[in-house]
Amino acid sequence: MAQGEAALRRLTERVRAAAAGGEQLDIRGGGTKAFYAEVPHGEPLPLAELRGVSNYEPSELVVTVRAGTPLAELEALLADAGQCLPFEPPRFAPGGTVGGMVAAGLTGPTRAYVGSLRDFLLGATVIDGRGEMLHFGGEVMKNVAGYDVSRVLAGSWGILGVICEVSLKVLPRAVATTTIVFDCNEAQALAQLLAWNSQALPLRASSWHEDRLALRLAGAESAVREALVRLGGSRLEPEAATRWWQSLRDQQHDFFQPTAAELTAGDNLWRLSVPARTAPLALPGRQWIEWGGAQRWWRSTAPAAQLREAAARAGGHATLVRAADKAAGAFASPSAAILALNRRLKLAFDPARVFNRGRLYPDV
Amino acid sequence: MSLAAHAPAQPSDPTGMADPTGVADPTGVADPTSRADRDLRQREVVEALATVLPRAAILSRHEDTVAYECDGLTAYRAAPLVVVIPETEAQVAAVLAVCHRLAVPVVARGAGTGLSGGALPHRWGVSLSLAKFNRILNIDASSCTAVVQSGVRNLAISEAAAPMGLYYAPDPSSQIACTIGGNVAENSGGVHCLKYGLTLHNVLRVRGFLADGEAVEFGSEALDAPGLDLLPLIVGSEGMLAVIIEVTVRLTPKPQLARCIMASFDDVESAGAAVANVIARGIIPAGLELMDQPMTAVAEAFVHAGYDLAAAAILLCESDGTAAEVAEEIERMTAVLTASGASRIEVSHDEAQRIRFWSGRKNAFPASGGISPDYMCMDSTIPRKRLAEMLRAIGTMAEKYGLRCVNVFHAGDGNLHPLILFDANDAEQLHRCELFGAEILEASVRLGGTVTGEHGVGVEKLNSMCVQFSPAERDHFFAIKRAFDPFGLLNPGKVIPTLQRCAEYGKMHVHRGMLPFADLPRF
Repeated sequence: MAQGEAALRRLTERVRAAAAGGEQLDIRGGGTKAFYAEVPHGEPLPLAELRGVSNYEPSELVVTVRAGTPLAELEALLADAGQCLPFEPPRFAPGGTVGGMVAAGLTGPTRAYVGSLRDFLLGATVIDGRGEMLHFGGEVMKNVAGYDVSRVLAGSWGILGVICEVSLKVLPRAVATTTIVFDCNEAQALAQLLAWNSQALPLRASSWHEDRLALRLAGAESAVREALVRLGGSRLEPEAATRWWQSLRDQQHDFFQPTAAELTAGDNLWRLSVPARTAPLALPGRQWIEWGGAQRWWRSTAPAAQLREAAARAGGHATLVRAADKAAGAFASPSAAILALNRRLKLAFDPARVFNRGRLYPDV
Repeated sequence: MSLAAHAPAQPSDPTGMADPTGVADPTGVADPTSRADRDLRQREVVEALATVLPRAAILSRHEDTVAYECDGLTAYRAAPLVVVIPETEAQVAAVLAVCHRLAVPVVARGAGTGLSGGALPHRWGVSLSLAKFNRILNIDASSCTAVVQSGVRNLAISEAAAPMGLYYAPDPSSQIACTIGGNVAENSGGVHCLKYGLTLHNVLRVRGFLADGEAVEFGSEALDAPGLDLLPLIVGSEGMLAVIIEVTVRLTPKPQLARCIMASFDDVESAGAAVANVIARGIIPAGLELMDQPMTAVAEAFVHAGYDLAAAAILLCESDGTAAEVAEEIERMTAVLTASGASRIEVSHDEAQRIRFWSGRKNAFPASGGISPDYMCMDSTIPRKRLAEMLRAIGTMAEKYGLRCVNVFHAGDGNLHPLILFDANDAEQLHRCELFGAEILEASVRLGGTVTGEHGVGVEKLNSMCVQFSPAERDHFFAIKRAFDPFGLLNPGKVIPTLQRCAEYGKMHVHRGMLPFADLPRF
């Protein structure tokens, strides 16, 4: 504890010095998501010293953990108590940290069925751009005292402050889990996913790629058993299914990892986030659909504008995830009103723009 | 945005709003300006509003505005300068632009059922009623979403979605009357949010206007939107950041069946421990509520729910899903509750009985109104494991302040609703009640919780915010407010206490409930 406090004191001093000296800091966790978002600028600010679980009582369904704690360590601790992070954050590579997970705010295959990382974030300790240590939210499920600042940190890519510690809601692991697969084309898969969406089914994850639709069912034994009877499909062997969902969660499949040669040829990885009801998108390239149709990954050489327009027409947005050249911007631009609010909030937390300048948008 | 270009005329500042944070005295009690000044200002504002609204949509005579003087927290009242009831979005934007130009505070208002004074009018401000925005615009059964205007009642959404086998999950007790716009402003919960989440978890997109009338949209019908995720700031912002006009909510497929267990306990400790045990066994009930004996007696007399009046506390524990799933879960729940020392267990045998079990809980507030001239409903959250400790502490406080208190808890999420019974006509009782309430909130913070779980801060819990947040944290709340509303015109004076207010309140209070001489016995 005392060690943690000393580390926190050193961090606040470092931030104050940077703010006073007009320096920029690049907040570092495990570096597993360096490829995502815009290129970071500034002196590295490592958080490896902020390590360890501060509080975990399984019956409270809450864990409070320091930002530099390896995600793998947290997940192992939860698994020992029969619990999990239900939002299944993608890990991409070993070594990722809890702070990086929150700053990126990414959610895995379960997003459409259990909620996002932000939904499970209950509280945070953060150092702002003046070197002030602040606590928002807490360790309880329901808390409406003041603005819900901690949840804004999810997906903030570190631009608002140094996330030092977070409290996360956790859930028991499902008693029963089964994966079933169907052969179908994209249009059939999207229609089927929508139809199932409005029924009381124990859906936990979905995926369509190369004419194969996979569904993960999870819940009470009887609920899964009944759903199997209703839905049909062919069952995957449980261990193989677990491995397959993990590889999807961590984006280990070749589809998600273009080679250097492919990237040079402009064969980029795009993430399109659209309303689930969006009809098949007529874009050149290959596709992987998740989240009941609401997340559509594309490997495409099409120009950025074409993907961004297709997503916007559907009421969504497109992120350029892996590319040799991100001149088109990693993230789509929000409306002028929202972009202005992004800028003003950045300055409210970090007036000297010390942290992760340009990581979200070049001028934020 | 350039501040200079958008600076509204700051006249001789009759609003008393020179403080850009907008924290003037919202009730206007301490306002020294004369009646004549107010009449003059009222005429000016009405004239300006009449250029953008039909006369019938502007109320300024006392007999017309008196109905708007308070919300569900009736102990606090203030007469608004003007009430407007626009019908179109263009009118709302125009009203905001006019108010921005004249530096008039704007207090948005739904059904006025809030329990913390969030919609309490500003004496120098416009109360903006969204009552006419009451249309359900679209229900899309396949994507399980509904697009509704902000004045639509919570229950009306579920009623409209029912033919499609869907419903809107968050169910605050006031759901028959409260509006979705108000739910978004307060991040309302309900008895089923342990399993189905709060308003935040069930809202995809919010459309509205900033203080200057600029249109803005937060979130998306996709599952995320580019840039910082501002939706969690808007949800629960108590009308301080934007005026909400339209909400896209997520609908949930109706479970085939729900059954509820009523479990009796001979002491509150066992009941509190049972709550933790259920969750430790990996069960997430659809609802998990605790009522103490005084509350049970009051509710039973009011609705004849069939509660066990001999029990020191009862738990209502609900399971929903398919028939087989519910049977499996009820069996597991029963085993845990029995092992935790339940003295009696009754499982609802049909839907009528299940609804009867809940009717007592859902009518806890009106039932309490029947046995006392007034009651004050508290709303704090603590870690579940401290439930019994908290109940004991509340019992001791009740003796100390000489007031009765009945307790209903959303036990599954540790959210407490102690109801302090008192007579508001007796100023001394009201004072004791306020001290009692403040002590409950401070104890909640000390036990690792928060001063409000779902009812909001409003004006009621301004002082308690000084206990929970440091000056630097409160400064950040003000900075967020300024980022959205640079001149502090939207619902000024609510939610965030000024440094000065905290200094006055804090004579013997220290941040996060760490009282000086913490080891002295206090209750």
